[in-house]
Amino acid sequence: MLFKKPQVAFYPFMVLRDDYKCVRCKSCVDQCSFDATYYDEDLNMIMNHHENCVNCKRCEAFCPTDAIKVVRNPSTFHPDANWTPEAIRDIHVQMLTGAVILTSTGNDKPIKNYFDHLLLDACQVTNPPIDPLREPMELKTFIGRKTDQLQFDSDGVSIKTTIGKQLELEIPVLFSAMSYGSINLNLQKAMAIACREFGTYWNTGEGGLHKSLREFKDHTIVQVASGRFGVDLEYLETSAAIEIKIGQGAKPGIGGHLPGEKVNEGIAETRMIPVGSDAISPAPHHDIYSIEDLRQLIYALKEATNYEKPVFVKIAAVHNVAAIACGIAHAGADAIAIDGVRGGTGATPKSLRDHVGIPIEMAIAAVDDRLRKEGLRNEVSLIAAGGFRSAVDVLKAIALGADAVYIGTVAKLAAGCTQCQQCHTGRCAWGITTNNPKLAKRLNPDIVAENLYNLLRAWAHDIKELLGAMGINAIESIKGNRLRLRSWGLTEQENKILGVLPAGM
Amino acid sequence: MSKKRKLMKVYPIEKNCISCRYCEVACTMVHSESKDPVKAYKLENLLPRATVEVKEAVSLSLMCRHCKHPFCFDACISGAIMVDENGKVNLDEEKCVGCWNCVLVCPFGAAHPMIREEKRHSFKCDLCGDRGFPACVEACPNRALIYDFER
Repeated sequence: MLFKKPQVAFYPFMVLRDDYKCVRCKSCVDQCSFDATYYDEDLNMIMNHHENCVNCKRCEAFCPTDAIKVVRNPSTFHPDANWTPEAIRDIHVQMLTGAVILTSTGNDKPIKNYFDHLLLDACQVTNPPIDPLREPMELKTFIGRKTDQLQFDSDGVSIKTTIGKQLELEIPVLFSAMSYGSINLNLQKAMAIACREFGTYWNTGEGGLHKSLREFKDHTIVQVASGRFGVDLEYLETSAAIEIKIGQGAKPGIGGHLPGEKVNEGIAETRMIPVGSDAISPAPHHDIYSIEDLRQLIYALKEATNYEKPVFVKIAAVHNVAAIACGIAHAGADAIAIDGVRGGTGATPKSLRDHVGIPIEMAIAAVDDRLRKEGLRNEVSLIAAGGFRSAVDVLKAIALGADAVYIGTVAKLAAGCTQCQQCHTGRCAWGITTNNPKLAKRLNPDIVAENLYNLLRAWAHDIKELLGAMGINAIESIKGNRLRLRSWGLTEQENKILGVLPAGM
Repeated sequence: MSKKRKLMKVYPIEKNCISCRYCEVACTMVHSESKDPVKAYKLENLLPRATVEVKEAVSLSLMCRHCKHPFCFDACISGAIMVDENGKVNLDEEKCVGCWNCVLVCPFGAAHPMIREEKRHSFKCDLCGDRGFPACVEACPNRALIYDFER
């Protein structure tokens, strides 16, 4: 049939191949997991189905002679600011499928990034900067409930007060929840190794903890989500902390759905479900309809683990996030994780990913403010998540009032991800968001663990340099210190919400 | 003959092999005159000595195993195949008459026939001879090849 459906005829990306440079090694044919590349024996040429290309750039990266470039299709629709190619393509897809458009990764719309509108301070003349290479610099961060006040022994020196279990981080960065199923065991293992080496924590996500990763228990945060996959007493105890997942920045208000065909034996065993059955996380926790219900679950988990594990609650940054966070603090959580509108995911309807939630910068500022006003700030730690790109973003988030930051996309990028937004297909050519054994082996946990360790080390250096310039020698001193931030190009209202002064003031 | 030999060989690690064929292209490149992958394939008509075998999820790079009892050595009619003191199996392409006996008897399919207008000889992995370190091991992006003493 020569007739082509519109979403096939108008493909967004195409593979350009320099035929002179192509040595027919067929590496690209084998690497492409989207059936976009094939070898034609009659012509002795590598050919492409451009309509299948997702711009993952695996072939481009692996072409040993640099013969391949994946480019945007130069053929465009009539230029139209309203009917963009994306808008037209979405209609073409939906008119044929009759379904919501599934996508993955984080929001790709140009939602204002407030980190780009915040500037950090530095010391000049009146107060000295610190050289982090010559003087000690402290990034150690503790996550957990802090005491209201300290009580001392009669000697006036020894502290009598005891505080609950804290997570000790060598850098205020943790790896955010990515479940076994959405990503494969190799990336989880890489994160776990990097965390053990560097001294931070990774999060299992809602898919349970595979038994091969139980040796990393002291650096593992285990998640309890609405599906309760893989949750039993042993799971809860094989952890440094427990996180109750209420929502996720990329899909606030909806649950998850791991299709049955992806549920292989390893995932089935870890999630405690039959092989091949759909793993459905309901949108709500069916036992949580109020703050009081949440309190019951928090204390049930604490009771089950003998009050030895801090319990986090993760929510998406939505319109009333400050009030909700307050409720969570009252409910007895030790830390609140807030995932902003740019947060990533392995699968979500496009409409939710792009249009639901608020930016994490606003959420941090609002929640920190509200918790301070209610006198609750010391009772919970605040972990921000969703779209953090660099050490500078981390430091700005901490200056706005967060205690630490969750990074997920960054970990994926360090494993080779090119943000092609195909995680939900389970065909990730880089071997990250797939459990297909041929693809998953592309990710060598030892190599990625080294990459992640390097990344954390680089970010630690970056943060230390920035702190040093500000004349600060401990990350504690910048926490919520919004006086060291100035904004540019923001409205008065935005400055008020962020609690920062415009540059020049 | 069970004595351990002081021989370094290339070992493929199947679980890490991602069938990217960097080993093949690197091999062809370093064995070329031009040291350029495009010219090696297109002008010099060379072929790789290591070949990637793929079947679904299983893949690995295969090259001469430098066997303790090399069938190719027994089968060679021209004395082109010799075993040195460490046990490394060498193939002298000048002496080779192209009878393809080695190609037939190699249980690993690691000896390949080269048929060009001017030449007719078999070829196989020489552990990168003078280069000192096998190019395939150096090129492998996923640590699926290691260069180690014989186990």
